[in-house]
This record gives sequence, structure tokens and C-alpha cells, in this order.
Amino acid sequence: MMKTIYPSFERAVSEIKDYSTIMVGGFGLVGIPENLILALVDSKVKHLTVISNNCGVDDWGLGLLLKNKQIDKMIGSYVGENKEFERQVLAGELEVELTPQGTLAERIRAGGAGIPAFYTPAGVGTPLAEGQEVRTFDGKDYLLQTGLRADFSLVRAAKGDHYGNLIYNKTAQNFNPMIAAAGKVTIAEVEQLVDPGKLNPDHIHTPGIYVQGLIEGLQEKRIERLTVRAEA
Amino acid sequence: MAVELDKAVVREKIARRAEQEIESGYYVNLGIGMPTMVANYIQEDKQVVLQSENGLLGIGRSPYEEEVDPDLINAGKETVTASVGAAYCSSAESFAMIRGEHLDLAILGGMEVSEQGDLANWMIPGKMIKGMGGAMDIVHGAKKIVIIMDHVNKHGEPKILKQCQLPLTGQGVVDRIITDRAVIDVTETGLELIEVSEGWTVEEIKQSTEAELHVHPNVWEASF
Repeated sequence: MMKTIYPSFERAVSEIKDYSTIMVGGFGLVGIPENLILALVDSKVKHLTVISNNCGVDDWGLGLLLKNKQIDKMIGSYVGENKEFERQVLAGELEVELTPQGTLAERIRAGGAGIPAFYTPAGVGTPLAEGQEVRTFDGKDYLLQTGLRADFSLVRAAKGDHYGNLIYNKTAQNFNPMIAAAGKVTIAEVEQLVDPGKLNPDHIHTPGIYVQGLIEGLQEKRIERLTVRAEA
Repeated sequence: MAVELDKAVVREKIARRAEQEIESGYYVNLGIGMPTMVANYIQEDKQVVLQSENGLLGIGRSPYEEEVDPDLINAGKETVTASVGAAYCSSAESFAMIRGEHLDLAILGGMEVSEQGDLANWMIPGKMIKGMGGAMDIVHGAKKIVIIMDHVNKHGEPKILKQCQLPLTGQGVVDRIITDRAVIDVTETGLELIEVSEGWTVEEIKQSTEAELHVHPNVWEASF
């Protein structure tokens, strides 16, 4: 089935309203849908609940939404790269739910796969387990965790076609495939939109059924921690 | 105090001792910070695959300037290369590998370890909570968990305690502790001192450890 190809990033995010829950792909700044985030900043939509592993940095990625006070609640695993995040949490302006990274990945996977909840050992015996259901299997304790879904999922892929099939590049894959499946509406920002039939079906990471619309864009691909080795 | 070494020297010493935990044929996850340094000392005759929880099985060396790919980072968000034979995967797949006990070893940093093998390494009450990242999953996944850290904190107080004071990352998850002063195993009967670093005595290790230490009958002194 041919999917919507948005004429602009502004149009791509135009259905996202105040109080929406959105999931955003990426690990650090790698694999984030940069232009979709910039369009959300411009849209001035607010009171968002954002589910993403990290919350960008002060001047890029989801950090831009944060700076604009567009986020009410953040669900993620590591938010240590962002001073404005800290300020808003301490000031009571931002609610935060921290989830172990593997649990977050699996909660999103489960949500997209129609699994309401599952058990995982991560967090047993820690503050995260307080008030949570614990169950023992084969002598080991596990915590009950619920699946996550979103009104809108924003992902970034290296290549996509008009059928919504997506291929990711290297570690820019990260959370994107699960997030694509967990959104009621999934919008994909692709580096390259290719003609139908150009992608090898064997190489597709995200089958098109999960994607409602696509748009091609050019990314800056900012690097958080450039680490190089000296020339020999 | 027996020896006062420069911080960088201490870190290298711990990293080199931690490298000895890695056997040829192992799949290994190295935590962010000092554990990442262990990779620099892996002996060339060992066949080792390093896993990065952001979706890379087979971390290679750091890239030369012209090789830098912004889409290729490790879990510490540093640019890396992929080793020969590497595979990329999603975060869900990556943690399935971890949770499914497919990794042989994880080497992680620590703030406190208790005599029951509890680990605290993710938050200090009153300070900004940055998040646990993948640590809470990894401590339940790898077949062996080795914690590397300074033996005492910056105030000279023990970090190996009867009970952790900080919020836990995992309960009863640590197998071995490697510090700048000693190697200590977590056993069913408590902590066992198995190695003492050069320049330290068994008595000094006991004094700088709050938890009760059983000294292995063949404790290896000046082992590293």
C-alpha cells in the first residue's frame, strides 16, 4: 500500500496536538528524526508526553522541545546530558519516569506487538520495584512491566520507500524499529526516499505496515563525543 | 597509606587487572567510563567480541579522523568503528542478548558494593538523577559481573560495605570486585579476599573495607 509522502516537515507533524504522547527514535543524538523535531518546535504544540531513551542535549534534538517548555512528562533511561532538563525537574515543571534501558526497549516492543505486560529481572530489589508486582519463576524474582504505545511515533531511517519499508544505518537503528511499531501513527524521516522495488525485501528492518507517512530530509548528524585515534 | 599513585596510573592498573577476567572466546559488555578503558589492554592473542547495548555486537577501535561515522557510536556516545565480523541490531535485540544470558562477562563501575553482592552505581539522593541507562538490565544478564572501582571514596571511606547506603542498581548481582588495592569475590558465605595489590597488606585491605572479609588461605599478595 502506498503511504503518504508529506510535502513538508510542517505538514508531517501537523496532526500532533497538545497533550499527545509521542515516541521518538534515537540513542543520544544518533538516529534521531532531526527535522521532525525541529518542525515540532515550530508547531508550538505543548503538554507532550515524550517517550525516548534520552532527551537530547541543551541545543539539539529533544532538548529543543524541552527548552521551549513543550514537554510535560518524559519517559526515558538516561537524561544526564541536559542541564535544562535538570532545572525543569528540580523546579517541578517536568515529570520524569526513569526506566532501565532494556526494559524501555522491551516495553515499546511489547506495546507494538500487542503484549500488555511482561516480567523482567531488571530493577528487582531497587527503588524501582517499590509498589510493583514481583513474581518468582524458577527461584528468581521478576518485575511486571507494562507495554507502551504512543499516539505518534517519529523515527529516522537511512532509506525508505513509498510502501513505508525502512532500512536503518549502523547504530542509528537503536530504538527506531520498536518505536515505529508502537505508534498509532508513525512518521518516518528518511535520508533517502527510493522508488518502489529498489529496496531488497530481505534487507528491510521495519516492514511498511507500521509506517503511515514518510518524508525525505537532510540531517546534520551532530556528534556528541567525537573520539578519534591519532594518525599513525 | 602504603602507596599514593596518580589517578590515571590507578585507573590503568585497575583496567589491566580487569583485562585478566576476559578469556578468549568471550562476549563482553564494558560499562561507560573506566570499564571502557579495559578494551585498550585486551591481549591480541585473545578472541573477544565487545557488545555495546545501543546495538553493536563487535566494537572496533576508535576511528581515524576520516573514518568517523556519526551513525556509529558506543553506549558512551563516543564515535567508534565496527570490528571485522560485527553485527548491528535494535536496542530490543541488544537487551535480549543481555537479558537472555548470552554474554559471558560484564565489567561495570561501582559506587558501593555490599557483602551480599548488591551494587549501587546509578544515583546519589539529593543530586540530580541522570538515569540508570542499561546498568539495571546488564547486572541481571551477563553470566559474570565484575565491578571495578576505587577501594575507598574521595574522603577515604570504604565503598565495600555491610549494606549499601545508596539506592541499589541490583541485588545480589556482583561476582567479583576489583579495586586499586585488591580482588574480592562475592561467595555464598560472604566476601573473600583473593588478591592484594602491590604495596598493600592484607591488614590494610581489611581496615579499608567495612564489610567482613574472609581471607582466602592462598591469598595472592602483590598480584598486580
